[in-house]
Amino acid sequence: MTTVDFSTTLGNAWFPSPVFTASGCASSGRELAQFFPLHEIGGVVTKSVMSKARTGRPTPRMAETPSGMLNSIGLQGPGLDAFLAKDIPYLISQKARIIVSIAGETVEEYSTLARKLRSVPGISAVEVNISCPNVENRGLVFACDPEASRRVIDGVRRTLGGELPIIAKLSPDVTDLVSIAKGVVDAGADALALINTVLGMVINLDTMRPHLGGKTGGLSGPAIKPIAVRAVYQVHEAMPKVPILGMGGVSSGRDALEMIAAGASGVSIGTASFGNPSALVQIQNELKELLLAKGFASLRDAIGFAHRLEDGE
Amino acid sequence: MASVVMAQINKSAQQINAMVVSNKRVGQYHQLIINVGDCADNCKPGNFVAIKVGGENSRMILRRAFAISRVSSNPTFGGTIELIVAPHGQGSKWLCAQGEGVTLDVVAPLGTAFGIPTQPVQVLLIGGGYGSAPLFGLAEVLNARGCRVDMLLGASTANKIYAPMEGKRAVNSLRIYTEDGSMGQMGRVTDPIASLIADLKIAVIYSCGPMAMLAAINQLTTGTDVVHQCAVEEAMACGVGICMTCVLPVADASGEVSMLRSCIDGPVMDGALVQWDKVGKTL
Repeated sequence: MTTVDFSTTLGNAWFPSPVFTASGCASSGRELAQFFPLHEIGGVVTKSVMSKARTGRPTPRMAETPSGMLNSIGLQGPGLDAFLAKDIPYLISQKARIIVSIAGETVEEYSTLARKLRSVPGISAVEVNISCPNVENRGLVFACDPEASRRVIDGVRRTLGGELPIIAKLSPDVTDLVSIAKGVVDAGADALALINTVLGMVINLDTMRPHLGGKTGGLSGPAIKPIAVRAVYQVHEAMPKVPILGMGGVSSGRDALEMIAAGASGVSIGTASFGNPSALVQIQNELKELLLAKGFASLRDAIGFAHRLEDGE
Repeated sequence: MASVVMAQINKSAQQINAMVVSNKRVGQYHQLIINVGDCADNCKPGNFVAIKVGGENSRMILRRAFAISRVSSNPTFGGTIELIVAPHGQGSKWLCAQGEGVTLDVVAPLGTAFGIPTQPVQVLLIGGGYGSAPLFGLAEVLNARGCRVDMLLGASTANKIYAPMEGKRAVNSLRIYTEDGSMGQMGRVTDPIASLIADLKIAVIYSCGPMAMLAAINQLTTGTDVVHQCAVEEAMACGVGICMTCVLPVADASGEVSMLRSCIDGPVMDGALVQWDKVGKTL
């Protein structure tokens, strides 16, 4: 066997590769395009965009931590209209498959964003980011509240119509992730993105104050990978038919395969690209070789494999 | 007048394996010469590199950014770049411990370059600490353009002044300021700027160093015709424009302020457009 069927699906969207960028870690796509052609990866998940332009949080916005980093960007972005005018045409020109990530401050903002996306050609799916930790009011992290999560996804489903798959991006900072995942799937999510960053803090010992301008930040990188694998595993176990885009510290083909074995249909690469701008293609190649070496004829056969072994199949 | 600072993705950036040609201690700093091959042809004064540190199984996951201080073509090694590194943190200490022959994972060149005047005008170069390093390479380029180059260097104390002998050749005059008076004159590098602008009819100031120094220089150029090109410094996670951490509030021509990335729209920025009083604040 010398080839492996590397394709995957998220809802009704088909992708030739299961390796994606993670939202907020690829900017507009242009920045990574000088290191590899964007059409060679599964797809580009764009930085979560809001209705209006947003300047984000004050600096310092990052702190390196052991095997990870904290970021406190606060959804800086151009706003949906500028994004649709500038970034989408560029990504289409690069023949990239596009998953647009949206973020809102209210249930209505998400619906408004979805309505504007409905008529945009060239988009494969919509990621609904209800879990950005870098907002002023933690009450606004919809994904920490089962009812708020459901309302956002329900609103997006109604305005988006039935065509584009909805991927709900959830936070690991909850007591019962499975119940929140079930809620958003009931409300119309076709797939789940797991996990967003984990809320953290660094104290600067020179100033004896929180280091980040926004005080708290989202922890990412290899430090959170076991949390992500656990989250994917738990949710896949509860809902084996719901596709999961797994992310959180994936920086090698082995990491990607762990995520897939736990139940992910695709993996997103975020922080690894910061340390290695070629990470996506390297991880993609490693994953392909690893699947071959392990005798998988298709990626699909590997999805959720860790569960099957447990059942003795 | 100075040409416009370019502000777009540095399309020349490549990720390469580059060998350390030499690593010498210079005062409190290390001078690393790295063989980057043809990549050197695209490296201009002001550009920087991002280097992976810590080795294969390091818990340091982010690259470290260093200004390119000099570019040269070596008959033995081909294109080389020089970096002046202060061994302050874990990453820079690791880099300073890498000897001749070690291969580094380098992304270069990154960011904007200093704009070079089209006319042979009077310029003043101001460096703080090892921020002076890229100014010597810049001085050579400006000198070749026929500019008269004067330089001010400052630091808290003598062994934090970086001023190599060979670097002084392209400079018409060099004044050194230390806060403790251990080298040059006691005082700050900003002390003589106002009078130099007037006496020497300075057209362009190029600066590189701590943000507080850049802000102080900008106060002195505000209201004058002097163009202030400064290389800014803000903590970066990626260096290639994807992480959005290294942002600064910068105005555009219409006065609208937005958070620009110092890795792509900088590090060289027009000092008059940077909103110094809003750095580190919510817009």
